[in-house]
Amino acid sequence: MVLRIDVAEEASRAERAIREQVLGTLKRRGAVVGLSGGIDSSVVAALCSRALGRERVVGLLMPERDSSGDALRLGGVLANHLGIRHLVEDLTPALASLGCYERQLEAIRMVVPEYGEGWRCKLSLPSILDSDRLNLSELTVEDPQGNRKTQRMPLAGYLQMVAATNFKQRTRKMMEYYHADRLHYAVAGTPNLLEYDQGFFVKQGDGAADFKPIAHLYKSQVYALAEHLGIPEEIRRRPPTTDTFSLAQSQEEFYFALPYGEMDLCLWAHDHGTPAAEVGAVLGLTAAQVERVFRDIEAKRRVSRYLHQVPLLVGEER
Amino acid sequence: MTNQQRVKQFIVENFYVADPGALGDDTSLIEGEYVDSTGMLELIAFLENAFGIRVAENEATPDNLETIRRIVAFVDRKAPPPAKA
Repeated sequence: MVLRIDVAEEASRAERAIREQVLGTLKRRGAVVGLSGGIDSSVVAALCSRALGRERVVGLLMPERDSSGDALRLGGVLANHLGIRHLVEDLTPALASLGCYERQLEAIRMVVPEYGEGWRCKLSLPSILDSDRLNLSELTVEDPQGNRKTQRMPLAGYLQMVAATNFKQRTRKMMEYYHADRLHYAVAGTPNLLEYDQGFFVKQGDGAADFKPIAHLYKSQVYALAEHLGIPEEIRRRPPTTDTFSLAQSQEEFYFALPYGEMDLCLWAHDHGTPAAEVGAVLGLTAAQVERVFRDIEAKRRVSRYLHQVPLLVGEER
Repeated sequence: MTNQQRVKQFIVENFYVADPGALGDDTSLIEGEYVDSTGMLELIAFLENAFGIRVAENEATPDNLETIRRIVAFVDRKAPPPAKA
């Protein structure tokens, strides 16, 4: 198995890096970690706690109107398990006064004028496994009776929907930096390699951080590390979710073409020149399907260049 | 102006095309990095308005939209030019 890692060695390496980076390079006294109840933030919090001592780590639970109660509960479970301090910051009032929900509503009503109280929504991408489709997001809405419909959004509506939703990630980050500044701590970023490489983050939102201790690990490696670190089973067994929209949504539906285990392998294979037919044989996909996933990987990398780009200065055009 | 010229003009005027001469009818707009997924939504809106067609969700495919030649063929299929008298 190409993605197998020595979990004990990997944990030690990450812990050494965190100590050197937070205390040495960044000259901060501890770390703030936003806890989503998911596997990535749980592993980052556990690594920080082992590296810096649990008294130097603060976990932030930041629910808002559309997030699941499960996320809040599991974040608390993790913080108690690690014995780190944790704070709950309800972001709903802040997001409401920024107009996050109103602006989302306005964008949705450009395509579904009747959308209102009791309705729920999500953005998703069409499956590239079923057919060769361009990566154009679609809006799914569900009325209070449970009837669903899915349609492509016009440009203005789509951009406004994304822009309004990005308030959530950016407001969370603002709160993380409030506590980091208050305590003279650093902010931990929680992307794994799939997310970091494929641009699955909001620029200056969850993409912002002072250090990113698992951005070099494939998602399946993060799971292996989680088991080694003793992350509670309930968190390890929960399927990854974006927890961003009012309708439940898997990550592959929103961004990645495949579930994470298969996506990890495809990314690895793409970067190591493994022929599509060979990958397909392992994953039970056709060569054509794997070729589409490879093209999708490249397309997302092109998008992620903007997200990773630091501010440009005049005189650095080379 | 032909459909090919209208499509190319829209792309050149709306996206960053440093050298319009390098943008051939068979150049991949996506892999050539002329049009990203947001740009594709713009392009679809242009096609729908300019040619009076509707691009269905399942028609937003590379087969129909990846190059100028494919776009023009797609538009011609959706909105055949009026028959000459």
